[in-house]
Amino acid sequence: MVENGIGARVRRKEDFRFLTGQGTYTDDMNRPGQAHVFLLRSPHAHARLKKIDARQALAAPGVIAVITGADLEAAGVGPLPCGWQIFNKDGTPAHEPPHPVLAVGRVRHVGDPVAAVIAETRALARDGAEKLVVDYDPLPSVTATAQAAKAGAPAVHDGAPNNVCFDWHFGDAAAVDQAFAKAAHVTTIDLYNNRLVANAIEPRAAIGEYDPAADRHTLYTASQNPHVIRLLMGAYVLKLPEAKLRVVSPDVGGGFGSKIYHYAEEALVTWAAKKVGRPVKWTADRSESFISDAQGRDHVTHAELALDKSGKFLALRVQTTANLGGYLSTFSTAIPTYLYATLLAGLYTTPAIYCGVKAVFTNTVPVDAYRGAGRPEACFVVERLVEKAAQEMGLDKTEIRRKNFVPKSAMPYQTPVALQYDSGDFITHMEAALKLADHGGAEKRRADAKKRGKLLGVGLSTYIEACGIAPSNVAGALGARAGLYESAEVRFHPTGTVTLFTGSHSHGQSHETTFAQLIAEGLGVPIENVEVVHGDTDRIAFGMGTYGSRSLPVGGSAIVKAMDKIVAKGKKIAAHMLEAAEADIEFKNGTFRVAGTDKGLSIGQIAFSAYVPHNFPLETVEPGLDETAFYDPKNFTFPNGTHICEVEVDEDTGAVQLTRFVAVDDFGRIINPMVVEGQVHGGIVQGVGQALVEDCIYDPTSGQLVTGSYMDYCMPKADLVPSFQVATNEGAPCTHNPLGVKGCGEAGTIGAGAAVINAVVDALKGFGVTHMDMPATPEKIWRAMHGKAAKAAE
Amino acid sequence: MYNFNYHRAGSVDEAVALMAKASDGRFLAGGHSLLPTMKQRLAQPTDLIDIGRIAALNGVKTESNAVVVGAATPHAEVNASAKAIPALMALAAKIGDPHVRHRGTIGGSIANSDPAADYPAALVGLGATVKTNKRTIAADDFFKGLFETALSDGEMVVSVSFPKPEAAAYMKFPQPASRFALVGVFVARTSGGVRVAVTGAGPSVFRVKAMEDALKAKFTPDAIKGITVPAKGLNSDIHGSAEYRAHLVNVMARRAVAAAA
Ligand SMILES: Cc1cc2nc3c(=O)[nH]c(=O)nc-3n(C[C@H](O)[C@H](O)[C@H](O)COP(=O)(O)OP(=O)(O)OC[C@H]3O[C@@H](n4cnc5c(N)ncnc54)[C@H](O)[C@@H]3O)c2cc1C
Repeated sequence: MVENGIGARVRRKEDFRFLTGQGTYTDDMNRPGQAHVFLLRSPHAHARLKKIDARQALAAPGVIAVITGADLEAAGVGPLPCGWQIFNKDGTPAHEPPHPVLAVGRVRHVGDPVAAVIAETRALARDGAEKLVVDYDPLPSVTATAQAAKAGAPAVHDGAPNNVCFDWHFGDAAAVDQAFAKAAHVTTIDLYNNRLVANAIEPRAAIGEYDPAADRHTLYTASQNPHVIRLLMGAYVLKLPEAKLRVVSPDVGGGFGSKIYHYAEEALVTWAAKKVGRPVKWTADRSESFISDAQGRDHVTHAELALDKSGKFLALRVQTTANLGGYLSTFSTAIPTYLYATLLAGLYTTPAIYCGVKAVFTNTVPVDAYRGAGRPEACFVVERLVEKAAQEMGLDKTEIRRKNFVPKSAMPYQTPVALQYDSGDFITHMEAALKLADHGGAEKRRADAKKRGKLLGVGLSTYIEACGIAPSNVAGALGARAGLYESAEVRFHPTGTVTLFTGSHSHGQSHETTFAQLIAEGLGVPIENVEVVHGDTDRIAFGMGTYGSRSLPVGGSAIVKAMDKIVAKGKKIAAHMLEAAEADIEFKNGTFRVAGTDKGLSIGQIAFSAYVPHNFPLETVEPGLDETAFYDPKNFTFPNGTHICEVEVDEDTGAVQLTRFVAVDDFGRIINPMVVEGQVHGGIVQGVGQALVEDCIYDPTSGQLVTGSYMDYCMPKADLVPSFQVATNEGAPCTHNPLGVKGCGEAGTIGAGAAVINAVVDALKGFGVTHMDMPATPEKIWRAMHGKAAKAAE
Repeated sequence: MYNFNYHRAGSVDEAVALMAKASDGRFLAGGHSLLPTMKQRLAQPTDLIDIGRIAALNGVKTESNAVVVGAATPHAEVNASAKAIPALMALAAKIGDPHVRHRGTIGGSIANSDPAADYPAALVGLGATVKTNKRTIAADDFFKGLFETALSDGEMVVSVSFPKPEAAAYMKFPQPASRFALVGVFVARTSGGVRVAVTGAGPSVFRVKAMEDALKAKFTPDAIKGITVPAKGLNSDIHGSAEYRAHLVNVMARRAVAAAA
């Protein structure tokens, strides 16, 4: 047995650095001679941008330069690209309007960057920006998803009639129609999946630097995937060859998706550094994050489930309008399509599914992936429908699910919406969750709560998600403008220590620990002798970054492949040194041994010999012990699980208190249970946050962001949630990657929202309530209890 | 934030004199309302006169019939020391978070007169008296409206004197994001009668006379069960409509009576 290998509850190696304030975030870095940029942003939701007079700003103390969209256009700087092409029902491509780095001619949301002022300090840059005279001609705006495509709505982009970006569909409409025609029961639901602000604890920051001697640019940026930023910014925006561009993402304080994308500020500082001949730094303040970080969700959906008289699902029909905001963020188009419609089978055998998605432009901050990205939206639709159907047909919430689950014996299972589930044992985790939640005692708890003036509700949700988008050729055929593999390099040093270079990026996921555990398990090197390097395009061969719970299933698999190469080479070296046949060499727990003998060499000795090749097979084997591998997955992985939540609703005020939350997840094999629990806890809190408190609200008339600070945007706080009970089922590992892992980063967020709302609806069943939109605020609940319909979501 | 001159005053007189000299001066206490507005460049005073370290303004004194709180006393200190009025201690414990409670002061809170602040409910609910460098002002006359008080330019709150009640309690329904009061109700019974003061619901703290009368007759939650305040004129925002706030006034008032009784 190796120490601290797979399955060990190892304490995080990175915590000492973080907890003692020694992390290095982008804003902690200061480059010699650095200047600062302040971005003047549009105060209007929609306006013609007529003229920018920079004369007074340029004369202001400390101001070095003012840059406008026109300057960038004149310099040949391109617009920010969209990374996924979607096609309309009629086969024509989606409308992809240009997304300039700085606005040109028109501003399309509050916060749209209009001009950049570069000065000696941040404060002077901001002072200078106040001296800019910008001539706006305000236009009417549209912010609400359901209003954008209506006749007469203000046009956000010329050339996008009715503000439609695309009108896409997926699935077999005819088969669905047939199934509905013979259904014994149809359950319908109309819901709004509320818009969220990502709110990473570290606001975004970027520093551009140019070295004229080498003619090389460096961008330091708080990003989840530096290689992708280098690719997109280099190829599309600044037209710089990769070799001339280095992108570094040092410690990053959370992303939740919002730091995946290539943002205007990154291109701006990179370009400006050369222009002004000094490093240029930008750091968002919190108010700026609210109006410039991509936001999440924002779907308006009508869905119908057809059932036979026993409660078996026959077909599902979904029509969604997805709000993409004022411009297309990098992966915005993929989220409400391929990461949404493909998940609508859930854990069920629903034989026919059809989903139409109309994506609309509005005068709001762009929307893109936010933890879960499309999958929480799909889970919410499915699990709300299932719950409502059970209620309408008088079926128990567990019975309707048991009846419709894909059985373990049916794996691999081909869904009607493209995905093929490789593994899963749904009944087992649901039963385990019911037990852990003491579901049998719920009715007694309901009666006890009633005595205290509280209405108890029990909510159950099951979820499945698709992680590690793959394989690249399939993704490419569906419109992805990138590959979706990962790289890893395992470099032994002469004394047997290891540096692992990974293309994944850690911004809270604990890679420095779990990836070291993989090396400990695979190569027998103690974790303290493993250094994990990530986030620097000059040091790492390539990477597709971290999002969609892909780091372990894809990045981890690449590490395993690189370790396989190390072991294969080590065997050749060991065979030579031990004077045995290569076929007779076994490798286990860090030792190469001649099978059946006690003759062996440690991997450290092999590494030493590889770098000091005195006794070495130089004729057939190269010196050195350093292997790189790329791994392109054969399929997605499919984490899945059951969440059960209990709430108590205050009859007088409508306030909700969560009293119980259980999650039993199937993440395949678990590398570090403590890290997994942390991911699940955080994920659940974000799901609960959306369900109960978080809501990004724009004023329908002015288009201003009403929830532009923490005074109005409610973050989930510790007292919102109870102590969680979580468990995993490792009995159905992934069948197609070498570790049998599935990923755990988003699961909590995907399952939690539906569980909470199902619980709230259950608590209110005595009032005839059948649905409650998120967030289920006290006032909405109070109105529901008092027979006054909650205000419909705009 | 724009540049400004910073002064640290050693006494009330010095602070008042510094203020008189400044072209657009502000007293700085905990800075937890003032500094955020300055950072957002919504306020740009020329001078900040820091009164936080003036010894005479700090501390909680218990007198035979009252608790006197110095204007620069932070909420945490009130929570720790106002033992003679447990309802006041409990109110202080519900303001913001630990950082806020260790920086924010009672003088800053009432001078600011945020419609959702907690202290105004205690001042009006207990019938407190505000002492300034010039005069004393009854709490009922102190709060004039949205961010408006009876203080004249350059006038400084020195202390607040809270008469000890026979029974009192404060019930707060927090606005979920800011945790200020969406509705907070302070109920106190004294030898002179009953006071019911509401914060958060309206543009400024107000009393509910009908509840006071009913409670004077019978100090039980049921006594005010049917007494509601009109929604008209109450605050209405994304966190609660006027109608919902009106409803909460009744719920919180009943709960306060139950807790006090
Ligand atoms: C995150 C956060 C959460 C909060 N939550 C709550 C809450 O739940 N409930 C609540 O009630 N409050 C809350 N507050 C407000 C907090 O209590 C403030 O500290 C208080 O409102 C102002 O007190 P201060 O000492 O910080 O005043 P400052 O910010 O220093 O001053 C505020 C204003 O009062 C003036 N002033 C200060 N002292 C005097 C004086 N002695 N005489 C005359 N004028 C004076 C100043 O010139 C300024 O105009 C919160 C604040 C924050 C930042």
